[in-house]
Amino acid sequence: MAEVKTKGEVIFNRAAVIAVIVALVVMLTPIFWIAATAFKPRNLATTVPPTVFFEPTLSPFAKLFTKRSQLREPVEQEVYDNAAWWEKLIYDGGEQVVRNRKSGEVTSSGFGNRYMNSLIVSVISTLLAVSMGTITAYGFSRFRVPGEQDWLFFILSTRMLPPVVVAIPMFLMYRAVGLHDTHIGLIILYTAFNLSFAVWIMKGFIDEIPREYEEAALVDGYTRLQAFWKIVLPEALTGIAATAVFCFITAWNEYAFALMMTSKNAQTAPPYIPSQVGSGLSDWTVIASGAFLFLLPVAVFTFLLRNHLLRGMSFGAIRK
Amino acid sequence: MADVMTRLEPNTRAAARGLSDLSIRNLFIIPTIAFLIVFNVFPLLYSLYTAFTDYRASTSAPANWIGLANFRDLLSDPFIWRNFTITAKYVIISVTGQVLVGFGLAMLLNRPIPLKGLITTLLLLPMMLSPAVVGLFWKLLYDPSFGIINYFLGLGKFEWLADPQVALYAVAIVDIWMWSPFVMLLSLAGLSAVPKHLYEAAEIDRAGPFYTFFRITLPLVAPILMIAIIFRTMEAFKTFDHAYILSTQPTTELIAIRLYKMAFLEWQTGMSSAFAYIVLIVVVAITNIYVKYLNKAKAR
Repeated sequence: MAEVKTKGEVIFNRAAVIAVIVALVVMLTPIFWIAATAFKPRNLATTVPPTVFFEPTLSPFAKLFTKRSQLREPVEQEVYDNAAWWEKLIYDGGEQVVRNRKSGEVTSSGFGNRYMNSLIVSVISTLLAVSMGTITAYGFSRFRVPGEQDWLFFILSTRMLPPVVVAIPMFLMYRAVGLHDTHIGLIILYTAFNLSFAVWIMKGFIDEIPREYEEAALVDGYTRLQAFWKIVLPEALTGIAATAVFCFITAWNEYAFALMMTSKNAQTAPPYIPSQVGSGLSDWTVIASGAFLFLLPVAVFTFLLRNHLLRGMSFGAIRK
Repeated sequence: MADVMTRLEPNTRAAARGLSDLSIRNLFIIPTIAFLIVFNVFPLLYSLYTAFTDYRASTSAPANWIGLANFRDLLSDPFIWRNFTITAKYVIISVTGQVLVGFGLAMLLNRPIPLKGLITTLLLLPMMLSPAVVGLFWKLLYDPSFGIINYFLGLGKFEWLADPQVALYAVAIVDIWMWSPFVMLLSLAGLSAVPKHLYEAAEIDRAGPFYTFFRITLPLVAPILMIAIIFRTMEAFKTFDHAYILSTQPTTELIAIRLYKMAFLEWQTGMSSAFAYIVLIVVVAITNIYVKYLNKAKAR
């Protein structure tokens, strides 16, 4: 809009900019508050009025990964001086690390395991969903499939099912075959969930690759598979990457299936983090530090993905 | 849509080498379909069977066929109808809120603004982050004694989550916060597609801002806005994560929460399977409408 602006328009535009800034502050406050709480000493987490400015500390993170108990009496100076930096932070908070009686090894909390579980389940299910989704999307994009629209609807509708509805029979089946509370069990569920998404999104990306490329390759003596491998896949790489990030985020954030299908061994971070909030006095700084580490990768991915968000969120229907 | 893609016939020269196109097509498509049938359709068939039994997964007692009794009990249970009413109210509040906030934000952002790309991406963050984990922190924000919401709004010790009258709104506010960015994202796409010359013509005709908005902007954005509304309606109907974590009151017991409790806390497996089927029918119906609109948007 390069045309001459009236005075009213200029004022209106300024008001809009101010409104956008206000909206931005309001929308980001909850996220900012999680990040801020993650670096607060415990006594500043729930103050009235709220503490906005404070000296950041890593003690919530030290507590996050360890099992601790209350210090009955002040720790001896010599022990304190010889302790590692993170252990000092725990002593400072009036607590001590629980150690194995014999080996003296530090007992870790459940968080590290849950984080690893999240990572394992999300990465493997993403790889499976994206690779299967890409070839299926190619199949739908390039070949005549009888009842194509119906199949595509079927594929999408599996994603729309509420997790609880699928979880009831899956729970019984998993229990029967011993897949309850296993990584494989969760990976299968997340793969199924993301597969339908991957097919729809990847079909959009592959539809955009001119089929003349492959046809030229076929004329040059490539087989269909070679053409797919050497021509289509490299062209679709951006799309594949975007799809993978989307699938990863979905699996990473998933809560309902994880809550119902895992209990300890394969539990991921989303059901674990809320379970740490007790009814009594919860240490919100520790919970926030866990949440901070959990949310950070997705926040970074959101920025990497920013140009594909529209497409991903509309299942490839709206491209720009 | 079929016209856009010219198709290779299965008997072209290329097909003579290596695998035939037909077998590649089958190789590429059938595993996915089979996977989804085994892990989505088959479980649903299984739960269709349990829906007609009195099975409880917590006991070793065998399942007895009881016919339509579960469905009859559910449909005549006033508490279940209350769950449906609560959910309907929740869907209306949160989707309306999301459309107003999301579309409003899109209107504000649809102009040259410094750092527009960065601001848009930052505004989208709430919908990308885990609803369970972020939702959990609204407990902290809503806390009557030290929550920052009461502090900044000057509400004293206002009970957001413990007051049965307010709790549903409190949960809906979290949903609005989380998903307004989604409506914003789609609306921005709709707004940027409105041809500029229409606005120029309206200006020449000295059309007022209201006329321009209702006669040009809104009708042209409507199809995409409709997609956003249907999708959010479906998702709000299924809301579980943050609602389950935040809800302490029977007045916030959405359908998904009731279903979860019935299946995994009360272990009424047969009954909950029947309930799940009732929910399923609603979801499939909305999905059907949604896909129609998606295909319409694609065709444009």
